[in-house]
Amino acid sequence: MVTRKLEKVDVVVVGSGWAGGIVAAEAAKAGHKVVVLERGKNQKRSDFIGSKDELRYTDRFDLMQPLSSETITSRVNIDDVALPVRTQTEMMVGNDLGGGSVHWAGSTYRWRPYDFEIRSKTIERYGEGKIPKDSTIDDWGITYDEMEPYYDKWEKTAGVSGEKDPLGPPRKNDWPNPPLKESPPLKLFKKAAKDLGYHPYQLAASNLSQAYTNPDGETLNPCMYCSYCTMYGCDFSAKSDPLATVIPTAQKTGNAEFRTNALVRRVLHKGGKATGVLYTDVMTGAEYEQPADVVVLAAFTFSNNRLLLLSEIGEPYDPKTRKGVIGKNFTIQGDITFLGARGFFEDKKFNLYAGAGALGAGYSDYDADEFDHTNLDFIHGGGIELRQYGYAAVGLNHVPRDTKKWGAEFKQKSLHYAYRNLVVWYTMAVMSYWHNYLSLDPTYKDDYGDPLLRVTNKYTDQERNLARFGIEKCAEVVEKMGADIIDKDTVADDEEFDHIYDGGHYTGGVMMGPEPGTSAVNSYLQMWDMENLFVVGGSAFPQFGSHHPTPTIGALGYRAAEGVINYLKEGGGLLVQGKSAKANA
Amino acid sequence: MADPNSTPEKKGMDRRQFLKNSGLLAGGLIGGGLLGSLVTNEVKDSKKGTQSGTTGGKNGADHLSDARIFFSREEDFQILAAATERIYPEDKNGPGAIQLGVPYFIDRQLAGEWGLNAREYMKGPFLNIPESNEYEDLSKTDKGRSDQGPSGDTLNPLPTPRYQSRMTRAEMFVVGVRAIDEAAREKFKNGFTSLEPEQQDEILTHFEKDEVHMPSVSSSTFFNLLVQTTIEGCYSDPVYGGNRNMDGWRMMEYPGPRASYADQIEPDEFIVLEPKGLKDYQGH
Ligand SMILES: Cc1cc2nc3c(=O)[nH]c(=O)nc-3n(C[C@H](O)[C@H](O)[C@H](O)COP(=O)(O)OP(=O)(O)OC[C@H]3O[C@@H](n4cnc5c(N)ncnc54)[C@H](O)[C@@H]3O)c2cc1C
Repeated sequence: MVTRKLEKVDVVVVGSGWAGGIVAAEAAKAGHKVVVLERGKNQKRSDFIGSKDELRYTDRFDLMQPLSSETITSRVNIDDVALPVRTQTEMMVGNDLGGGSVHWAGSTYRWRPYDFEIRSKTIERYGEGKIPKDSTIDDWGITYDEMEPYYDKWEKTAGVSGEKDPLGPPRKNDWPNPPLKESPPLKLFKKAAKDLGYHPYQLAASNLSQAYTNPDGETLNPCMYCSYCTMYGCDFSAKSDPLATVIPTAQKTGNAEFRTNALVRRVLHKGGKATGVLYTDVMTGAEYEQPADVVVLAAFTFSNNRLLLLSEIGEPYDPKTRKGVIGKNFTIQGDITFLGARGFFEDKKFNLYAGAGALGAGYSDYDADEFDHTNLDFIHGGGIELRQYGYAAVGLNHVPRDTKKWGAEFKQKSLHYAYRNLVVWYTMAVMSYWHNYLSLDPTYKDDYGDPLLRVTNKYTDQERNLARFGIEKCAEVVEKMGADIIDKDTVADDEEFDHIYDGGHYTGGVMMGPEPGTSAVNSYLQMWDMENLFVVGGSAFPQFGSHHPTPTIGALGYRAAEGVINYLKEGGGLLVQGKSAKANA
Repeated sequence: MADPNSTPEKKGMDRRQFLKNSGLLAGGLIGGGLLGSLVTNEVKDSKKGTQSGTTGGKNGADHLSDARIFFSREEDFQILAAATERIYPEDKNGPGAIQLGVPYFIDRQLAGEWGLNAREYMKGPFLNIPESNEYEDLSKTDKGRSDQGPSGDTLNPLPTPRYQSRMTRAEMFVVGVRAIDEAAREKFKNGFTSLEPEQQDEILTHFEKDEVHMPSVSSSTFFNLLVQTTIEGCYSDPVYGGNRNMDGWRMMEYPGPRASYADQIEPDEFIVLEPKGLKDYQGH
């Protein structure tokens, strides 16, 4: 096939979620010509009017990546044969303009000082022996204090609505908007937590509590608590997403073009520098080369890793030799790292058909290193959360665990308990290990004949022990709330990864760090090995913090954008020197 | 709400009327197969109220969309209908799966992209090992997962990704309902639709417990798929053919998609609203 070569631009960005949208908007505002390539379809906010359809979006995953051409393969041990994750029930990844950042829930947290310097701080407080066995956790090469202004900037773009966490990390400014309304389940939870001596607060949300105009002049509306939030695009523009913020901001500069149905298949490079990308128009099958001075990969963890491996950029990580960096330190927060306890209340009935993606309350008393781990068999911690997403009718079918799952008894009890149950969970940190990584699959391919990405991921006692600890803490507050029946999750001694990729919290593989040989990108998300290639997103996390990832992805987006702009201004060079390089200089 | 019990009655009448008017009962001019099936339905209608609803629903024969577009064999469809009714039976709360239109909901789901696995990765090789056969095996929830997590839908831990069958869901359903009938004939010497409800439950329990052999997929997987799809049919928007008359939502006191619940988010008392569907919400 003939590849058509297009006109060169300053910056080509792959992916249009928060990560890509932010870099595109900032670079375009700075006067650079930007092309954003997005594999999925074009969509705009008004497309979601009339879309409150549970079957289509929640049960049939309309906004998620269809897997017919491409998925990932998955295995637990480094010598297992990986099998493809075939159904959308098992795999949630964003796909169209705005990406997974459109159908997210909007739960908004900053990560903590401990997260960014976990290795040093753990050794400092407990000694080297406390680092979990087999783990490859590392410092980020950036501290919380350095991250703070970028968090602040993203929060203002998104119009986050929240209340100060009494045990939260230090912040210069309040959240830009006040918290969402307090519903009866939140009140009940906060009271119980307070009675237990904890420090509950109303969680920050990217569902807006009031009308808001962000610093770029984009407007968002107040949330209507309609509950069609996570898994959906907001029909009222009250959930912050790239379609409502950074994409229009980029477009109105006149410097940015968003090209959809454009599946990027390779990063092109010559002499150690990226020259552009190769993409296929999935509607016509035509192949294009888009040359650029700077290439930005912001195509989510999976595509970021896969494109680097397919393009043979950077040294692929090999768990046998423990050498190489691309694919290293993959983590996933979900499954057992998102467990808790569900309470059933005979004499309470909540309006659970109402809610918002991030309406919730929580406390940080068992988060990060807020509590002493000397006598505990794990490090780090998690947030204790109660969320009122709001449910539609298929989702309202929670019954106590010993109930029969079908027939007369199920019908009776599911109708009885539909509005009488609340769940509290522990959103815990997940460590990285030498045996968990990303690579290309030797067998399974996509429609174009390119190998799929392969995940190798297993649990260790660190995760199992921390999960069990969290479950007990969740059950404690559910009991205090007065639940008549408490169903606690359990974690078996041989509990293993379940190969379910839901919730979008998968990260790593192109990790940032202070040094070239052990990390792939520096703190501007610039590739150590290829200075005009920036790899932006959760792919940069060396391990997973104890909360939802997106605000940290947004903050890193602003940091990377600054890097891209400086790089173009300075006409090249690494923006950060590795420590050893500095020592030699 | 209309008395759900009136529906089968009405339907039975309609069919009898139809048979009379068309002269089928008197004449012998029609092929045995067709006559047989019409008569079978007629008999079933009078014997067991709930089953007749399969081709009826609230407005009986007036429902122009009450036709199969996926199942080519009427008897397969009747087995499906009878099974959904056991999963979600009519009771004092209100109608069961049949009257809610669930069999038609499933028929349409199987005819579309979901049934054809159009959005799933269906490339080989297919390594059909026993563990991967058991995808969506809800019986394993005994391990202690309440269904939650970032997505609110956690399945059970298995050593491999779940779905490794080369069959589509549509194919699983056809093979599955025939396996149900076969199991019924083996155990009770009678087709599934002719069994007593308790006997039907016994057969379904064999599937739930994975005690029946099915090719390329475990019987518990098929069963759980059937349960999940039945529940979806009871409670998803009526536009899909189930949740007829929004009676599923009415039983659950679910008010449907609306522009705003800002007035319901703070009050302590539970607020019941008359349900509204997508048609209303989209303003058609
Ligand atoms: C149901 C759900 C709920 C969530 N809720 C929360 C929450 O409450 N809080 C939170 O912090 N996080 C949440 N997340 C996670 C959140 O969605 C992600 O962290 C965030 O969207 C990542 O942003 P991103 O820009 O890196 O990726 P995305 O927004 O996914 O954007 C990546 C884009 O790249 C495109 N792309 C990929 N490959 C290619 C290619 N080869 N060529 C061209 N384009 C390509 C994709 O189509 C996509 O549009 C949730 C996720 C899910 C699935």
